[in-house]
Amino acid sequence: MTDAPLVQLKNIGKEFANGVVALEELNLTIHAGEFLSLLGPSGCGKSTALRLIADLSTPSQGQIEWHQGHDARQTLGFVFQDSTLMPWTSVYNNVWLPLRLAGVSKSQADYRIHEVLDLVGLRAFESAYPGELSGGMKMRASIARALIQRPQLLLMDEPFAALDEITRLKLNNDLLQLKAELAMTIVFVTHSVYESVYLSNRIAVFASRPGRIVRQIEIDAPYPRDLSFRHSELYAKSCQDASEALQSAMSEQDHL
Amino acid sequence: MARATPPSRAQRSYALARDWLIHSALPLLVFLASLAVWEGLVWLKSIPPYLLPAPSRIATTLIADWDTLSASLYVTLRITFAALFAAMFGGVGLAIVFTQWKWAERSFFPFAVILQVTPIVAIAPLLLVYLDSTLAVLTCAFLVAFFPILSNTALGLASADRHLVDLFQLYRASRWQQLIWLRLPAALPYFLGGLRIGGGLALIGAIVAEIAAGSAGQGAGLAFRIVESGYRLNIPRMFAALVLISITGILIFLFFTLLSHLLLGRWHESARKTES
Repeated sequence: MTDAPLVQLKNIGKEFANGVVALEELNLTIHAGEFLSLLGPSGCGKSTALRLIADLSTPSQGQIEWHQGHDARQTLGFVFQDSTLMPWTSVYNNVWLPLRLAGVSKSQADYRIHEVLDLVGLRAFESAYPGELSGGMKMRASIARALIQRPQLLLMDEPFAALDEITRLKLNNDLLQLKAELAMTIVFVTHSVYESVYLSNRIAVFASRPGRIVRQIEIDAPYPRDLSFRHSELYAKSCQDASEALQSAMSEQDHL
Repeated sequence: MARATPPSRAQRSYALARDWLIHSALPLLVFLASLAVWEGLVWLKSIPPYLLPAPSRIATTLIADWDTLSASLYVTLRITFAALFAAMFGGVGLAIVFTQWKWAERSFFPFAVILQVTPIVAIAPLLLVYLDSTLAVLTCAFLVAFFPILSNTALGLASADRHLVDLFQLYRASRWQQLIWLRLPAALPYFLGGLRIGGGLALIGAIVAEIAAGSAGQGAGLAFRIVESGYRLNIPRMFAALVLISITGILIFLFFTLLSHLLLGRWHESARKTES
């Protein structure tokens, strides 16, 4: 189901102003339609890689090449770890924001706003303020906002890390369903082995100082995935592989 | 596990009555009691009104001298609010300029600090030399009210959520879009905090400057009445003018507190009711 490359990171290096090398010699190809997880210990540069793709930060070395025209780049969706909603206004206005900034009026955007709110199951809460929602609902609103521009590429930076286990499992399933419905490419940063195995086609395991990819694991299970996948041998095997890769990445770090 | 049943109507009205007692009735009672003690002491010790007038005497003076006092109150109020409005627009405007252009902040912030740290009583006589007295008083009140509004708003504009700033950058928001839809709303709680402090300070500035201006004042405000009554040993009128100043200060504070609740009630932690 994965095919042509969508974005390629070539020999990317990123050094911060304080001299910390966040990434070194990073090569990563993101294929159209895949679900790619970036897995690693905290501080390994996986979030930095995501920010570089989103153009929120510029690489010190190397290039980022976009393949399929500029559409994917223009409509890019981004979901932050905390839901990052504007607390002073309603869910509706928060979801409208990307279109509003692009000059789309409320009446023009209305249909689209309701469509994405339906997708994430928040239609009934459109006039609620973020402070009135639970953590999971805030994250849904944040996802709705990221979806409003019909992104080809959705970048997610540990979106469910702060949520409780039950909410997280529910949102994992909902995310897979959204991906299937909208035919998006997703790059998902996480530090959870189980989450990355359950969701992705491919996992890039990062090591830190300097941040780099130490191993890539393909997970050859078909979608849709459900509870039976969690009980399958492939799931267990992939979790073991990913854990081992993560362990070795982290023990390497200890030697430094 | 037993589920908590919703409180009955009787329990709710009992809770409401208790809340009212603690929040309103009790402070009011203590206030009235202290007035009664004051009144009683004055009568018992037969303290003459030119030393300490009883509250009842202050009240009758307030009514008897209302014509003079209300005219002065109007003068003081006009100066306070004119200064506060000027400080509000000046403070917010300059805060916006500071956040949009870093060089402007570097260049002009020292001036704001110098004006703030120099006591207003020390500046007032100088202003009286250069400006006519009403304008001098207005300028003093403006100077003290201006800084808290400027610094609070500037702080608010600079403390928008880092990830929200990223988000606006991601969606290629222009500098002005970012200002209007992100930085200004994020600064609102800070601005209102500054306004509440500035409101009180504008009144203080107006009073202090009026006292410094002394007899030079043409439109005589409440502070001038206090000074004048002091010269004439009209102590009850001094107290009456003082009462009016206090009430004005309290009303300004209450007004801005209410405004904060109205504007922030639904989203900001400072104004949201705690859920129990």
